[in-house]
Amino acid sequence: MIEAILKYEFLQNAFLSGAVIGIIAPLLGAFIVVRRLSLIADALSHVTLSGIAAGLYLGQTVPTLATVNPLYFGMLFSVGGSLLIERLRSVYKHYQELAIPIMMSGGIGIGVIFISLADGFNTDLFSYLFGSVSAVSRGDFYAVIAIGIIVLVTVFLLYKELFVLSFDEEYAKASGIPAKAVHLAFIILTALVISVSMRIVGVLLVSALMTLPVAAAMRVAKGFKQTIWLSILFGETAVLTGLVSAFYLNLAPGGTIVVTSIVLLFAAILWKKDRN
Amino acid sequence: MEQKTVIDIRDVNFRYDRESVLKHINLSVPQGAFVGLVGPNGSGKSTLLKIILGLLKPKEGDVVLFGTPQQKFKDWDRIGFVSQKANSFNTGFPATVHEVVMGGLAKKMGLFHRPGQKEKEAVEKAVKAVGMESFLKRNIGDLSGGQQQRVFIARAIVSNPSILILDEPTVGVDRQNVESFYHMLTHLNKELGMTLLLVTHDIGTIKDKVTHVACLNKYLHFHGSMKQFIQLDEQELSHLYGHGIRLLDHHHDH
Repeated sequence: MIEAILKYEFLQNAFLSGAVIGIIAPLLGAFIVVRRLSLIADALSHVTLSGIAAGLYLGQTVPTLATVNPLYFGMLFSVGGSLLIERLRSVYKHYQELAIPIMMSGGIGIGVIFISLADGFNTDLFSYLFGSVSAVSRGDFYAVIAIGIIVLVTVFLLYKELFVLSFDEEYAKASGIPAKAVHLAFIILTALVISVSMRIVGVLLVSALMTLPVAAAMRVAKGFKQTIWLSILFGETAVLTGLVSAFYLNLAPGGTIVVTSIVLLFAAILWKKDRN
Repeated sequence: MEQKTVIDIRDVNFRYDRESVLKHINLSVPQGAFVGLVGPNGSGKSTLLKIILGLLKPKEGDVVLFGTPQQKFKDWDRIGFVSQKANSFNTGFPATVHEVVMGGLAKKMGLFHRPGQKEKEAVEKAVKAVGMESFLKRNIGDLSGGQQQRVFIARAIVSNPSILILDEPTVGVDRQNVESFYHMLTHLNKELGMTLLLVTHDIGTIKDKVTHVACLNKYLHFHGSMKQFIQLDEQELSHLYGHGIRLLDHHHDH
């Protein structure tokens, strides 16, 4: 395996991108899960899909855009979608979860239109839906690195604000923390991580990588910091195991990564049960 | 000598849509006092607290904090707040007592600063002040209601505020622990000189602990020292609530 990675650039791209995503997706996921926003990750991934589809279509029709990585369209849509979700959540104050089906169906709807326009499904699109070991480009990898650095630095600097906001939103506001700004920064980071993670795990499964490792970690961890570290450990294990098995068995890595996460989750649940 | 006023509420009105919740509220909290803000459910107590904390804006009137109009007030870490725990936190949250109390320093440390030795010591001191030092590494969800409430007090006092505001702090705390809980509050008030504003619907429990009482039911019906309050006769008391209230706690009935 190591030999193959050293030999082939596409494998380097996939494994190094996967290694970074295995850290940042569960890291943000820890905050998402405790804030009960898991479904927002799902909604955003669907919006990202419409961006990718728009990128693929525009790449076909507008010659000057042919060289632009569709991933950037995905990011743009995802960030726009995250801002729209916030807006919808304040419009429907008492039915905040309505924002999720609205965005989810909107994302798929727009995505399907662009997919039809771009002449239907092809392997490229399939790799965006379920992830891919072979389709990750150097450009994708650089985007992952850039987003990874932004996420790590922001979470490092804003850790205590994010923690207080997650633990007790009312208290965060009452104590004078710029809750709105911190939340906005957080939701934009989430949108960016979802759009880059999609290259490895795929649109339909990206939210799993943000939630399943955290769900496992919460069962066994003491305290929030430990929850984060364990989530990253589980997430990284799932990504690397998933990529290796996807490579050897010629499967879509989205599936193998999520199945590994679920195995880890059940192990954590059983382990905790055993101790009680 | 003029006594300093920590919170000064001047002729505040508040409405949700058209429904009037607070009318012509004038309330001042002197430094070093232990004020009980009493009123039945739906009397506007929580709304008034939210106005003091700047979470809601009064439709008319002014709020002055430490002599500064609220619009210009920046030193929010001088005000500690303990909310009704049931409303605002999920007990499954994976955080230790240490992490929760550290959260109380977030504002004081400022953006981008990370906690160091000084902050760690402040956390340990606050946790000790509420008698929870042996629970530092435990998850907050594993503690009893009374213990959790002590942790939230520690979080509120860790930044060393001048006033501590408590919203129904003993809801969900069993009777035995309520006594020791108030004992701890009296300690904070008398020994550490912290001003306290406590909101409750149950005047019986607090009447021999507080120095001042304010009775709220849309209007502020009474505001004065405990001594003056006790001198009110039955008729005036029932006027406060529209029906008779029991001044005496079950403990002291005999």
